[in-house]
Amino acid sequence: MKEAFDLTELDEIIEKVGEERGALIPILQRAQRAYGYLSKEVLRAISEKLSVPLSRVLGVATFYSQFHLTPRGRHVIQQCDGTACHVRGASRIIDTVQRELGIEAGETTPDLKLTYEVVYCLGCCAIGPAALVDGQVVGKLNPDKMIRIIENLE
Amino acid sequence: MSKIRTIGELQRTREKIKSTIEEREKTTPKIMVGMASCGIANGAKEVWTAIQRKLEEDAIEANLVKTGCIGMCSSEVLVDIVKPGCPRISYKHVTPEIAEELIDDWVVGDDPRPDLALAVIDEKPFRDIPAWKELPFFAHQKKVVTHNCGFINPESIEEYIARDGYAALAKVFTNMTPEEVIEEVKNSGLRGRGGAGFPTGLKWEFTRKAKGEPKYLIANSDEGDPGAFMDRSLDEGDPHSILEGMLIAAYAIGARKSFIYCRAEYPLAVKRLKHAIEQAREYGLLGKNILETDFSFDIELKEGAGAFVCGEETALMHSIEGKRGMPRPRPPFPATSGLWGKPTNINNVKSYACAPQIILKGADWFSSMGTERSKGTMVYALTGKVKNTGTVEIPMGSTLREVIFDIGGGIEGDGKFKTVQIGGPLGGCLPEEMLDTPVDYESITETGAIMGSGGMVVADEGTCMVEFAKFFLEFSQAESCGKCVPCRIGGKRMLEILTRITEGKGEMEDLERLEELSKVMADASLCALGQLTPNPVLTTLKYFRDEYIAHIVDKRCPALSCEALVSFYILPEECEGCGICRRACPAQAIAGDKRMIHVIDQSKCIKCGTCLDVCPEPFSAVKKVSGKKIPVPEKPIPVGTWEPPTTADG
Repeated sequence: MKEAFDLTELDEIIEKVGEERGALIPILQRAQRAYGYLSKEVLRAISEKLSVPLSRVLGVATFYSQFHLTPRGRHVIQQCDGTACHVRGASRIIDTVQRELGIEAGETTPDLKLTYEVVYCLGCCAIGPAALVDGQVVGKLNPDKMIRIIENLE
Repeated sequence: MSKIRTIGELQRTREKIKSTIEEREKTTPKIMVGMASCGIANGAKEVWTAIQRKLEEDAIEANLVKTGCIGMCSSEVLVDIVKPGCPRISYKHVTPEIAEELIDDWVVGDDPRPDLALAVIDEKPFRDIPAWKELPFFAHQKKVVTHNCGFINPESIEEYIARDGYAALAKVFTNMTPEEVIEEVKNSGLRGRGGAGFPTGLKWEFTRKAKGEPKYLIANSDEGDPGAFMDRSLDEGDPHSILEGMLIAAYAIGARKSFIYCRAEYPLAVKRLKHAIEQAREYGLLGKNILETDFSFDIELKEGAGAFVCGEETALMHSIEGKRGMPRPRPPFPATSGLWGKPTNINNVKSYACAPQIILKGADWFSSMGTERSKGTMVYALTGKVKNTGTVEIPMGSTLREVIFDIGGGIEGDGKFKTVQIGGPLGGCLPEEMLDTPVDYESITETGAIMGSGGMVVADEGTCMVEFAKFFLEFSQAESCGKCVPCRIGGKRMLEILTRITEGKGEMEDLERLEELSKVMADASLCALGQLTPNPVLTTLKYFRDEYIAHIVDKRCPALSCEALVSFYILPEECEGCGICRRACPAQAIAGDKRMIHVIDQSKCIKCGTCLDVCPEPFSAVKKVSGKKIPVPEKPIPVGTWEPPTTADG
């Protein structure tokens, strides 16, 4: 799926933060927020506009787990499997979701409805197992509750 | 509110805010809702909306405010009510319905509802509600770093100022030279709260004396340890204390520019820190010529992008520079060559938050708490299988037992304590017999764990120690940046061995291999990530070796946790043939019919445990075992016709 995209937003972002030292990461963060993910075109444009080699841009983009080089689902669930959530049974939730959706953790459903990721700690350990569902923290999860949450997503 | 220009004006502003707050509290009830991430996840926003609506509908005048987290996450949502002339009462597990009842009964009426109350946040009990210090959760705590969390609105600089906020800064500006500030912090005995425990005052001195301009200051809130959320609690509950600490440090060191590096996984912490920085700028507490001194200083917030290794100081600085967050060898230390090659002081946010209190109350006050070599308090995030989970702050030298059993209230449910994992994924797993270890840097290191930043995860008997060690290894090797060979490959090889053992394919020589690899990684890795990655393996091998042996020799997982080594059986004596498990089984691995004893096809079973969960309790016919077989019929037979083989050894 290739979307025609408009570079004006990227220009604005670079104009806003481009002057700062160490601007590459904030630019990638904002670009991802604007475009949903970091496509080849976006990365290439950043490289050209900042006069930073594409290899370096890609090196940074692939180093950090928050950058995504493929399209994301309309909804994103970040399932925590940090120590506390793990002790409280996060892995059973992950197994169930993988089985029910037929995707591996980190993948997106083919209809682009949902990206299901496993992250290591959301810092909400006291209410584990926890997850971020479209940015909202949900706690005290179990496999059933998670499946219901996924079913209720538009 | 306009800019505060002088130190005198700051003092007058404080008095004014204090009297405004006092006046209001004399006449208007105050309702506080705990709105840190944990509270919000438990429904604090819904409670907030319900209270707001109720107050409007019934035309009740009350002051509704947000607070951070007082630390008792397991009692969220927490709502506190302060009625004029009455102490502050804290209510636990509040729902929108309970909130409405509380308004009717206590805000409007005269029934403080002891049945819904957690405690009175005051010295004395009040109308059948205990004082908070009577509760074991709070009795053993000493709140220094977190003294404002849950007490002020973190989004209001005025409330911070009212509680002596920025008074330490004023004291430093009027009465102390930078050298005196450093001396005071050195005398307090404060050591780095990020976990390594380097003396904070000494670090400041190194950076002050280092040649090169400009000098930078960094606050590390890249709290990546799974099971740790102390920094988040502070960021969300009292951001200005971090800012004030940074101002004091910057004054001492001679820095003008600084960064707070916060995990992007903490959206609320990022928002509150940014908000606090903006407020401080508006008030003239950040910027040029602060309080008419010649001291200028500013703070910028940098969001991490998801890399655990960026908690390591040199990696963190590379990340701020816009590079891959990979560590480099030290020396040179950041104090001499840090951000962009300039002298840089980097501390954890909690270390900075200690500074204002040390300045205000004195080094002697601070060093009167704790042990010989570890002074002050330590903030822990207590989680896992304990009754009371949350953030707790204890004087250094308290024992692990006090934290887990007194403050934490012991093990949740019917389980038995098995291990406490402290210091994050690079820390260690300690058994029951080590629980009397005092919490201080040296004692904890001696056990094979590390103080770390303060994560404390308790596990009960359902946790397999081999699988637990493997879990940490999975984390650490996935987060290895790949720069140095011992960490990149050593971690991978150790993980392979551990995986083998959990699958029942291990051999006794594997234990020696693990120990050898651990030693090489500890000695030869570039940074703490690689050096400490073996810790969970070494401590479990030291304290729980018999579990490794059970996996290897008996092909048995004593905790019934390792999937490859457990099986599920339907006990023929107990099965009533209801068919619930057969219908629920996601793998269609259960054969049976009405009033027939059901049988699991072991070759199809995916070991998800659904049958065990759904089997009605009166039957409890599903059993999970490891290292043995239970005799069952080959095919479903009518209920009541099962005859166990006479030679069965059970």
